Amino acid sequence: MAARDFVAASPKLNEIELAYHRVSRQRNLYTLLLLAACVFAIFGGLMIANEANSGDFWVGLSQFFDYPVDLFVGAYEKGLAGLGSLVVHYFPFLLETLNIALVSTVIAFGLGGALSFVASRNLVQSRLLVFCMRRIMDVTRAFPEIVIALLLVLIFGPTPVAAVAAVTFHTIGALAKQFSETNENADMKSVEGIQSVGGNWFEQVRFGVLPQVLPNFFSYGLLRLEINVRASAILGFVGAGGLGAELKAVVDWNYGADILVIIFMLVISITTIDYLSGLVRRKLIGTAGAH
Amino acid sequence: MSKTNIADVEAMAAKYPDVVALPLAKRLVGPLATLAVACYLVFSFFAFDVSGVLGKARMDMASLYALDAYAHKVHVKYQFKKPEQGYIVSLEGSKRAVYEQHPEWVQTNGADAQIDLGDDGILQISGGIMSYSHPDYAEPLRFAVGDGVPRYLGGELPEWLKLSKTQVNARPTLYTRIWATKSKVEVQRYFNGWENFWFDFDSVLNGMSFGQIWALVFSAERIEPERSNLSLVFSEFWTNAEWQHGEVAYALLQTLVMAVVGTLIGGIVALPLAFAAANNVNPSKLGRFTLRRCFDFLRGVDNLIWSLIFIRAFGLGPLSGTFAIFFTDTGTFGKLFSEAIENADKKQVEGMQATGASPVQKYRFGVFPQILPLFVSQMLYYLESNTRSATVIGALGAGGIGLKLLETMRTRQDWENTTYLIVLIIAVVILMDNMSGWLRRKLIAGGAEGK
Repeated sequence: MAARDFVAASPKLNEIELAYHRVSRQRNLYTLLLLAACVFAIFGGLMIANEANSGDFWVGLSQFFDYPVDLFVGAYEKGLAGLGSLVVHYFPFLLETLNIALVSTVIAFGLGGALSFVASRNLVQSRLLVFCMRRIMDVTRAFPEIVIALLLVLIFGPTPVAAVAAVTFHTIGALAKQFSETNENADMKSVEGIQSVGGNWFEQVRFGVLPQVLPNFFSYGLLRLEINVRASAILGFVGAGGLGAELKAVVDWNYGADILVIIFMLVISITTIDYLSGLVRRKLIGTAGAH
Repeated sequence: MSKTNIADVEAMAAKYPDVVALPLAKRLVGPLATLAVACYLVFSFFAFDVSGVLGKARMDMASLYALDAYAHKVHVKYQFKKPEQGYIVSLEGSKRAVYEQHPEWVQTNGADAQIDLGDDGILQISGGIMSYSHPDYAEPLRFAVGDGVPRYLGGELPEWLKLSKTQVNARPTLYTRIWATKSKVEVQRYFNGWENFWFDFDSVLNGMSFGQIWALVFSAERIEPERSNLSLVFSEFWTNAEWQHGEVAYALLQTLVMAVVGTLIGGIVALPLAFAAANNVNPSKLGRFTLRRCFDFLRGVDNLIWSLIFIRAFGLGPLSGTFAIFFTDTGTFGKLFSEAIENADKKQVEGMQATGASPVQKYRFGVFPQILPLFVSQMLYYLESNTRSATVIGALGAGGIGLKLLETMRTRQDWENTTYLIVLIIAVVILMDNMSGWLRRKLIAGGAEGK
């Protein structure tokens, strides 16, 4: 009671209180507007999507489990031994998909790493060079893999090389951006130290920056590996080899057991790589933090 | 600057042996790892049969595609069996796009013609003799045409000219092709630029310059009395049959809807689930474990596979794509958000508890404000990658710009349309990337101010 009297008595505090209410009202209004925009985007978008879709949402909802059930029925009919032989049959294709992902991640790691040093503001004097490099990275990153894969499949025919090139191209841009951000956060004292004893630019980067950023580079590279396994599986769908190409074939023929086996092989390998890369990354970042 | 002499260096080396003289095993890590990577790449080179693939590559096709992507081709055709038609000049050989008035470089007189091929010389057809004078060759190449299979009459044969029993096929540069058979003579000449990008070939507005269009929009005289010139210009542009600007925009909208709606619903659904999967909110270990595995499953089954399942249920189209992105994202966001909730500062929760807040209030005011910026920034981050994913799964059946791209590629002719779509896709992805980056920076900066 006393406090309220005090507030009423002092015009300054009163002003502050009014200002507070004003700001809080404004804030609530913004929140409401944002929520309204989200709701509008979701429902408007769903309506557009439903209109453009060949099937209807409510009809589809009732049929949602039909396809998975079909797949499981197909797998059940095949029996355990049949499924086992399918796993053996598709295993080489899984290896090919994993190989596509690994090769492209390794190549992009090297090239993206090299590119990132030229695109870091703290290592390169020329603003123009950094700007150009950044824009090049933006464009390579924005290229959806499937576009390059489709073009290369037309020129080279159906081959995993198309997938490797497509995934590598995209990954170079993606990794180079993350790498250059890491470089810019690096401690410049060691670079100055090497500069002071007469080390050239390459020596500054090699001995001053690289040891600091390498754990982070590996961490980002591992994260990319998981993303690239997914990407190379998808690219099989447009004829770029691997498990995706097999999946496309059995989906077209509607072989329930084969589809299910391939899906499970993909999911298990993606989850395993995800888990392993998470484990290694925590270790890497942990040791990086201890330095 | 103080100088370091040899004795100092040796003293330092003795003091820090681990730094100066690394053990052999440690020194070998770098070179051995490099060697292993090199071996692996060499192995992959052979495993993927790169040299074989490159050997079989259709580079001629590739250069033609590349040319077609930025240039357009004009055909000049004369059929000996149909002399009454004369020389037909058309765009890309299409019957729909025949030039009524011949361009300047094609001069005809009945069955005779003189076709100027720019830097590739001049082709003359007169009295059943086709003679081609190329600037690099002194003597013109001469063929008898119109009277059975083309016959070679004289002149030095260049290597770019293929003479077979049934036809003459000359390709001096990528920009020119001369093709004569028993029944016809056809000349194809490429010109740089996209033809009819703004208006259709048979549109009244075709061939007008930007200034003319501008003047037309503001002139009172109506081309079509029932509607204004502005609406005419817009509709002629929008319904351009070859470039399909309207349809492309609609397809782009569908792709954006897939990305935006999929990400939004994914985030909204993942939020409560993430609270239930965080160990500082949900005491039940079994419940948390189950939810976590659900997230892993949703995330592990790729976009592509979800879209296959949804396409079976909902049919081809963006609705299926939206749900595919929504499912994968629920898994991703669930995992990321629950980790963020577990890392939230406990003190604010305890503070809320001390004031006697209910459990819901405790998390609403204790945890939620801490992690909200992270939620939004993660969702924005994924919005960009989902735009790309939406293009990809679109090409595999979910519709949108991805499907349009696949369609134009499948025709293997409309490379200029393919280029147009690729440019659009990349522009949209870069736009989304920059927008999400800008919003995230604003948000994080705003959050820092608030603290």
